[in-house]
Order: sequence, then structure tokens, then C-alpha cells
Amino acid sequence: MTDTMTAAPRPAAVAPIAPAEAPDRRTIISVRDFNFFYGNKQALEEIKIDIPEKQVTAFIGPSGCGKTTLLRNFNRMNELIDGVRHTGDITLAGRSLWDPALEVITLRRLVGMVFQKSNPFAKSIYENIVYGLRIAGVRDRATLDETVERSLRGAALWDEAKDRLHESALGLSGGQMQRLCIARAIAVRPKVLLMDEPCSALDPIATARVEQLIGELKKDFTIVIVTHNMQQATRCSDQTGFFYLGRLIEFGPTGKIFSNPSEQRTQDYVTGRFG
Amino acid sequence: MDNPVTHAAGFFGDNSVESTKMLGRSLGNRLLTGLCIALSFAAMIPLASILYLVVKNGLPLLGWSIFTQLPPAAGMTGGGFGNAVIGTLIMVGLGLAISAPLAILAALYICEYEPHGRLATAVRFTAKMLTGIPSIICGVFAFVAVVLVTGKFSAWAGGVALAVLMLPTILLTSEQALLGVQRAYREASYGLGATRFQTIFRVVLPEAVPAIMTGVMLAVARAAGETAPLVFTALFSQFWMSSLMEPTASLSVLIYNFSTMPFEHQVKMAWSASLVLVLLVTATNITAQLVFSKKH
Repeated sequence: MTDTMTAAPRPAAVAPIAPAEAPDRRTIISVRDFNFFYGNKQALEEIKIDIPEKQVTAFIGPSGCGKTTLLRNFNRMNELIDGVRHTGDITLAGRSLWDPALEVITLRRLVGMVFQKSNPFAKSIYENIVYGLRIAGVRDRATLDETVERSLRGAALWDEAKDRLHESALGLSGGQMQRLCIARAIAVRPKVLLMDEPCSALDPIATARVEQLIGELKKDFTIVIVTHNMQQATRCSDQTGFFYLGRLIEFGPTGKIFSNPSEQRTQDYVTGRFG
Repeated sequence: MDNPVTHAAGFFGDNSVESTKMLGRSLGNRLLTGLCIALSFAAMIPLASILYLVVKNGLPLLGWSIFTQLPPAAGMTGGGFGNAVIGTLIMVGLGLAISAPLAILAALYICEYEPHGRLATAVRFTAKMLTGIPSIICGVFAFVAVVLVTGKFSAWAGGVALAVLMLPTILLTSEQALLGVQRAYREASYGLGATRFQTIFRVVLPEAVPAIMTGVMLAVARAAGETAPLVFTALFSQFWMSSLMEPTASLSVLIYNFSTMPFEHQVKMAWSASLVLVLLVTATNITAQLVFSKKH
């Protein structure tokens, strides 16, 4: 756990709002003038943010501040809810998420998601992991087997699960289930992994394992994590965005946000004065 | 040093108001628990006594020959009601084959595709209305729709009548079953790039199957015991059935006919037929539960 913390490369803190043009990292998701509404209620206001590739970006803020709403827009998951609409745009590698040529099912394969409450299907561990491949029509046994091993190793679950691949996933512990959900998400080789408070239902030891995993996963994936736990944001993220009342108040390198924020409201929140 | 006894007494409070209140609450709790247990037993009385009567009166004639022989003529003894057992199985099967796919697909539509649409509201409303319709109306419907059209009383007509009877039950319980599937499963599936169709057929439906089966079994149990929809659609037959397009015997109509006859043997046979009906429904119920809950 501490390894990940110290090993995480901290970009030199300069600008208060992270610039997209920093030479050492590329922007993968770019949000521009984004407003989002549930019916008549505006949940996000004029969001502008650039998520750097292959880093961990944390969204923090009090409940109802819009951080999860923004996260769930990155794979258009919010559209499962009736009566939502948005203005402005979000691009993935330069391409609008609402580009008619980009099918939503393709988008969701590129941008995977791990949910707050672990939600393995009532199927075997093996079938959970290959679900994403099966729905894409992959039948080749060798490919499926190989994916299962790769994903379980990637989610640091292989040693615990290799002897019970064909047993029900519901027999796993809470922490193992959440790592299984991570394995299931990375099985389809997404570019971005969205995590919506992935540790909120886990005990400290399981949380530490998932956080360690996040540090390892960022070698291959861009990770955006929503968390209520500020220690978690400091431990495992490179960039942090602070949201308040539907607005992005401040975005920058994690070290700077927590030690020397530019905004008074960020300062108040990270020092525990409200929220 | 404190005396441990007085210390403990002070700790739990010798405040008399507080302790009377506690006593009252715990007394109320016990009374209500007792009442619940007593009423549960009371509810058992009619059920158990019916079952006792059916077993007591039905058992004497129960034997293998009952399933292999045809009903005796009025006033005669011996015989069985093998044709009625087969007729009931076939007509309930037909009814299920017609109603279950329709009802489950309709439930999928009103639950997964357009839950707030006008069509969904209309379907839901109609289904709720249909559950309250007397079963004889289902018989009248099948009489007009099948018997008058084909010009024959038949197993098909009986099957259609039973299908109309089963449809709303299966539809409404399936809808509840689908609503009971956690949103988290759907999100997990959509999050991996599944289409709606894939999500429904690979995740939602398998998850809902045990609960849907409960509804199907309820419908089957009710349909198997119904007389009214069959009396003027399938009618009755003294013979083994040879096609679906001829009058067909059924256990429920046999019970209805024989129990009103002035012959002791026929009345006994009606009791046996009741017992067989109860056993058939119980057996299908248990089998369905074993088959469909194994996966989970």
C-alpha cells in the first residue's frame, strides 16, 4: 500500500487547472462545457476537465456534488435513466461519445466500469469473466481460458480463484468479489477503467488490496475513481478533482490539491471543515 | 469500594416508570407473537381438514387400475379414469404452451422495454382485470372462439380456455419477478458492452426464472383444478383420446359429474380423482422447484 503511494509518479505541480498540453502525458478524456440534467434538476454545471492517459484521476467531493454523475457519463451509463439530457461534449481520444458512428456498446467496451457495490453475476467465476467476450461472440475455448487467467492475474485474484473457477462467484468474500468485478471489467481490454467508490463496502484489508491493484493497473489503463475517502485519493491517485454542488472547483496534481490548494473551498473540504 | 450489587441495580435503573414501560412493551411483544402463532394454526385448519378428507375418501380406490381403465358406466363398479388424467395433463400442457411464452414475453416488454409506455400500462391494467374474471367466462370465450369456429368440442378448446385463465397470473408474477432482479446486474451487463437483448436473455431472465416458475406453478395448479372453463369446451369423453380435435375427459369435469351421481362407487371415484389431482399438482410443483432452483 505504501509502495504504491511512494512509487506513484507525481507530476510537478504548476498550474492550478491541469493543462491538456503537458508534454509528458496525453489527454484521453476531454470534457468541454458539459451540463447535465436529471429532468429539470441540473446535476453538472459547465464542467471542463482533461483526464490524462494511464494515470489515476480521483474525483472527490461531498455527496450529491456530481462526481458520480460525471463518471457515469464517461461510458454513457446515465442514459439508462429516464429523462436525462446534456449539453456540451465529452471526447474519448478526440472523438465525441455521442458521435453517431460510435456505438454505445463499443464505447462501453472501451470504457469499463467497476461499481460501488460489487455485482458479480450468479454464474461461475469463469463465466463472470468471459461474459464480455461471450456477448461479443468469442467462442474459442483457448482465448477464453487465456483471458480468464490474464484477467484474474491482473486483478490479483488468480492464486485465490484458480482452483475454483467453475464454482459460483457468489461464494467469494466481499473483497474477492470486487476484485472479480475488476477482472471482469479488464477482461475486454478497455482503455479506461471507471471506478465508482470501489472500496466503500470493503474492510480496510480488502481496501488496501484493491488500492494496491489500482497502482498496478495504471500501467495498462487510465483509471478514474470516485471516492468519499480522502486518504484513498491521496494514496492512489495522481490527479484529483474536487467537485462541489455540480461544479468542478479545482483540478490538479493530488499532492497540490491536498497540501496547497488554490481554492478556499477545496482547502476547507480537504481539511475536513465541511463535507 | 462500591458494593457490586447496588452498583448493578443502579446501572440497570430502579426508576419505576422506566421498568413498567419495559414490562408493558415486552408483554405486548409476547402477546402479539402468540397471536400470530395461534392464527397460523387457525389458517391451517381448513387446509388440513380438506386434505384429510381427500386422502381419507380417495385412498381406498386408489390403485394402478385407476390409471389404466376407462370410467365405468352409471351404476356400474370397477373401472378407472386414465383418460381423464391424460386429458387434464394434455389440456393444462396446451394451456401452458400457449400462455407461458405470451405472458413471459409480455412481462419482458412491460418491464424491460417500455415500462412507462401506453401499451405497457394497458397490458398491466388488462391483466389485473383478467385475474378477477370468473373462470366460466374463459370457458365462454373459448366456446365462441374455438368451439363455434371449428364446430367441435375439443382438447384445443379446453387448452385455449385454460390459457386465458393462466395468462394474467403468469404475466403479473413474471413482471414482479423481473422487477425483483437487482439493477446492479443490469448495470454490470450494460457496462461490459451488452445490448439490451443480451442483458435480458443472459442476465435478467436467468436470474428471474425461479420466481417466474413460482407464478407458472400457481397458474398450473389453478388451471388443473378448474371445471368451469372445460365443461362446454372440452366437454367429457368416456373413451381414450385419439386426437386433440375431439371431446376430451378431464379430472375436474369427472369429479364434477361423478360427485353428483346417486351411485356410491362413482362418488368414491370422484374422491379418488380429487386425490390424484392434488398429487399431480404437488408432484409438478416439487419437480419444477427442483429443476429450476438447482442452478442457484
